[in-house]
Order: sequence, then structure tokens, then C-alpha cells
Amino acid sequence: MVYRTLLLLFLVGMSSLLHAAEGEWSGYLALEWRDFLNSPLDSEQQGDTSSFSAQTEYYRDWNNGKQSFRFTPFVRIDGRDSQRSHFDIRELNWTTVHEDWELTVGVGKVFWGVTESQHLVDIINQTDLVESIDGEEKLGQAMFKLSLIKDWGDVDVFILPGFRERTYPSRVGRFRFPASVAVNQAEYGSSRGKDNIDAAIRWSQSFGDWDVGVSHFSGTSREPRFRVSLDKGRKVLIPIYDTIDQTALDLQATKDDWLWKLELISRSGFGDRYTAATGGFEYTLYGIAESGIDLGLIAEYLYDSRDKLATTAFEDDVFLGARLAFNDVASSELLAGVIVDVDDSSRVVSVEASRRLGDDWKINLEARFFSNIDKQNFLSSFRQDDFVQLELAWYF
Amino acid sequence: MKRVNLLLLSMVFSATAFALSPDERGLEIAQEADKRDTGFGDSTADLIMLLKNRHGEESTRYIRLRTLEVKDDGDKSMSIFDRPRDVKGTAFLSFTHKSGSDDQWLYLPALKRVKRISSRNKSGSFMGSEFAYEDISSQEVEKYTYKYIKDDVCGDSKCFVIERYPVDELSGYTRQVAWIDKKEYRPYKIVYYDRKNALLKTLTYKDYQQYLGQFWRADKMFMENHQTGKTTLLSWKNYKFGNGLTKRDFDRNSLKRAR
Repeated sequence: MVYRTLLLLFLVGMSSLLHAAEGEWSGYLALEWRDFLNSPLDSEQQGDTSSFSAQTEYYRDWNNGKQSFRFTPFVRIDGRDSQRSHFDIRELNWTTVHEDWELTVGVGKVFWGVTESQHLVDIINQTDLVESIDGEEKLGQAMFKLSLIKDWGDVDVFILPGFRERTYPSRVGRFRFPASVAVNQAEYGSSRGKDNIDAAIRWSQSFGDWDVGVSHFSGTSREPRFRVSLDKGRKVLIPIYDTIDQTALDLQATKDDWLWKLELISRSGFGDRYTAATGGFEYTLYGIAESGIDLGLIAEYLYDSRDKLATTAFEDDVFLGARLAFNDVASSELLAGVIVDVDDSSRVVSVEASRRLGDDWKINLEARFFSNIDKQNFLSSFRQDDFVQLELAWYF
Repeated sequence: MKRVNLLLLSMVFSATAFALSPDERGLEIAQEADKRDTGFGDSTADLIMLLKNRHGEESTRYIRLRTLEVKDDGDKSMSIFDRPRDVKGTAFLSFTHKSGSDDQWLYLPALKRVKRISSRNKSGSFMGSEFAYEDISSQEVEKYTYKYIKDDVCGDSKCFVIERYPVDELSGYTRQVAWIDKKEYRPYKIVYYDRKNALLKTLTYKDYQQYLGQFWRADKMFMENHQTGKTTLLSWKNYKFGNGLTKRDFDRNSLKRAR
């Protein structure tokens, strides 16, 4: 029924599209080189690799921007890991805008949250983990999104059919657990399996320099649990997607040079009910040493009430980071940070830098170092996966 | 009755303008310029920024701007970036306030993320150009104190020369010297002095056009940084007024949709 409604609405959107003005294409093509600094834990795992990716967006609007259509396909072709090679429709949707409501139907992408070190509250889209282990890359999600814009805040209501499974590297890929994830054998908590329809609601409002969001998600967990199994004599991890309820709060206070941030979730249905939080600040020094360069200092604490039983690496960790914005013609930027586990002192150091070359090219540098990783730490199987990555992208 | 009195009062005032102190006269000029630019409602325009360094290397930015006049407060504005292409779709929403700090949000299209940002970065460069955020944000009368200096010739017309002093201690300037033409109260030239009171930049306005029979907008604004030799030329195109924009065109939802 929901599918039929979605399809119908989508067709209505598409038909009005035919009457629209000319649309436009934009996007990028990119080449990426990844250099792993150490030999892998498992000799089957790959060494250095290069890959190609492309994303393009087709956009057109009509009726004075009150209706719009967007199509954003993405593709990556990886030289080594066939599971990192993938195609995804990030967006394919139609939006209609009215005085106090908006409706989006189709495949879309939504971000919730405020913190920098991890994104606990952000749950609408599945993580495209093979793209980046920082969890910021997302798969497109089919949705029916209704936004109500009222004086007392914005309310977004989501109906989310078509669950997407998390992407994982193959047996030869890096950043994997001791066994690889059998992505095609996923199991579900719901009797409807992956056809379960998820729902979510979020209220958000600005009160002066406070921005507040409260949300609830009910449906298939984006994060799986794992069960060890055997596949053709090999140990594999079977992902199990439970049915969960997650209530969340995101909060930011913008007080002059200080941004105070908090993300808090309470989740049930994924083992015992638990709470997780990320909170901290970003303090910016503008124009340091009269150079026009801004320096942002970030500190966040990452908490998970499950402690040692947490299904993420960050249950009692501190993130310290520095962001440099050069404010130059090339928009040069640098973000460097370290996440330290308070209990066992395991550290993940990350560096991200970028600048534009000429008008249409951009170079991105990314590096991650896993150091002093405790054998019992969640990240233990990544401890040989230090890498430096260079990406050159051409925009059109 | 009241109106007649006010009219009478203003006549007396202008007749006795010479009796005003330089501070009062400077403020009066700024208020008159502001008054003449009041009532435009909303506007949209396309902007091309041409950045040049002292070696003559060039870089361009394409931006679209929407502005909404807000009664009894600062304007709301949205800037949408089209080029360079890697920042296409990035959008910046700003609510200026007559007093207190402004509210600002930035939309990052790659992550679909709206970020509330600090508005303290007044003196920082806008998009790597020679314009600081405080130069391009809505110029509210209350953001400066004023002093009338002298009358001067500016091009073919005559100008008031006034100095204005930023109220906000975070401003990158100690003072600005502005040439305002006496007939239309439009800025002709502004000279900026940095925190050490050294000559920093000169902004020149060219090719004014009048819209709706009242509002003047310069087609070209040229900023020259005397300390670095860098320049930025703003070319404005397709100014449109009375588009029927409302506050809904300046909220977080429209920021996410901005194209």
C-alpha cells in the first residue's frame, strides 16, 4: 500500500517534471590512491589500492522553485575489493513546497546532528561503510517525508520503506573484522525481514542562540549485531538487523566563539536498553596572528552505557581536534584529531586536508593511524590498517 | 496634527543643520541614506566575484543573493554558491540584528548538513575575497557611530565625507571614511583603516542603477587592498525587486533546498 502511494506520488511528480524548464547537471569524477603503511593482519587482505568514483546530480525546478526534481547517482570502481566497487542512487526524489508544509517522495538523504567526532543521532540513512570508515558516507534511502513548518518549530515525519543493508569490505578488503561480513546472508529481527517499514519523527526549533532537535525512530536498526557462522568452511559474520526504538536529542548553543554541542540517544530492542552520548565544544580563534586563518579547537566526550559490551569503539573516549580554515582563494582546510580510549589508551589519529587547484580541481588528503590499540579494543582488528589517502577530483 | 508638527520640526532641523555637531550631522546623513533605502521589501540578484592577486592571477565565484527587509530589525539574507563548482549548492543564511550578534547558518550539500555557525568572524574574508563578512552584511545604522568631516567633489557630483566607527569591538576596522553623494545619498567610495589605524582597503562603487524609481544599486563594486595588492571586483546582475519573498524563503528548510 505504502509502495503504491509512493509510486503514485512519484509519478505525479515525474509528470509535472515534463512540463518543467531545462534542468542542469553537475558533479565530479575522482581518482583515489590509498597507501597502507603496514602489512595486513590477514595475508589475504589487500595492500595499496587505487579506485575511481563519480557522482553526478541532475536538478530541475519549476513553478518558481516550489517543485523540484533531483537525481544523484554515485559509482565507485575499486582496484582490489569487489565489494567496495558499487553503484548507488543517493537521491531520486520530487519535492513540493507550500506555505507551511513540504513533501519529499523518493530516494533521499537526511542528516541529523551537531557533533563532529561521531554522529549518534543521525539514523535515517544507512552508512556506506566501504566508502569511508568515518561513517559519514550514506546510502540513499526511499522515503516519504512530510515537513510541517510551524511557529512552534519544524516537524518532519518519515515513512521509510526499503531497508538498506550496511556495506562491508570483502574478505580481501582492509578495515574488516577477523572474519568477513556475509552481507548477502543478513538476518532480521522483524518477521517481515527487510520489508519492514520504518518510521521516524523529528521536531526542531531555534530559540535565540539555542538549536534543539528531538527525534524518535522506530524500525530496523541501521547498525547490525553479528553472529559467527561457517560458509564453505570459512568463519563469517552474519549481520542481524534488530527492530529498535531510538529516542534522541541534539542540542547546540552558539555562544560567541563557543559552540556547545550535545547528542544523546536511548535505544531499545538492540540488546538491553542503553544510552549513548557525545558532547563537547568547538572554540574558534578567528584570524590568528593577523593571518586571516581561523583555528577551531574541538573537544568531545563519547559515552556508551554498555561500556565493554558496546557495539561501537567509542564507549568511554575523548576526542581532541583542531580545524584550520585558511580562508584563502583555494579554500584550504585542515582537520586533525585524535580519539583516545580513556580505559585502555587506544588511539585513532586522523588528518583530513583539502584545497582547490585552479577553478575545477580539488585535492583531498586523508590519513588515519591506529596506535597503541589494546588487544581487547573494538578496533583491534584494524590495528594494521594505518593509511594515507590522496584523492584528486574534477568538478563539472 | 501630529504629522504637521513633525514636518515643521524636520524643516527647522534641516534649516539649522549647520548648527548640528559633526557627530549629529554624520548620524543624520547615515539615517537619511538608510531612510532612502527603506521599503524595498525584497530583492534577488546574481553576483560574480573576480579575485585577483598582485601577480594578476584570477579566480571567479558565482553567487546568488536573496534579501528580505525586516521591519524594525536587520535584513535576512541568503547566499547560494554556484561556483567554484566544488562548493556548488553551499548556502549561507544570515539574520542581521540591529543590536546583538547576528544569527548565521551554513548548509553543506555533500553531507546534507545545516550547521549553525558563530557570527563573530566579522573581519574574516568572505570566500577568499577582499570583502570581509562585515563589509557584505546588511549595513544597519546602529552598527556604527558617525562624524561629519567635510564636503568634497566626487566624480561629477558633490559628496558628504563622513567617518564611521564600528560599534562592535570585533570589527577589523578602527574607522571607515565614506563619500556619500549629496543628491541621492549613495555611497561613492569607502576607505577602510585597520585596527592599527593604517590604510587597509578602498571600495569604489560604479554604474548605479535605480530600481522601482527609488532604490539605487551599483552594478560594480571594486575593493582594493593596499596592504596586499589584492583586488576583488563584484559585478551585480539581474537585480529584481518585489519578488514576494517571505520569511519562509529564509529558513532552515529553504536553506537545504537552496539552488
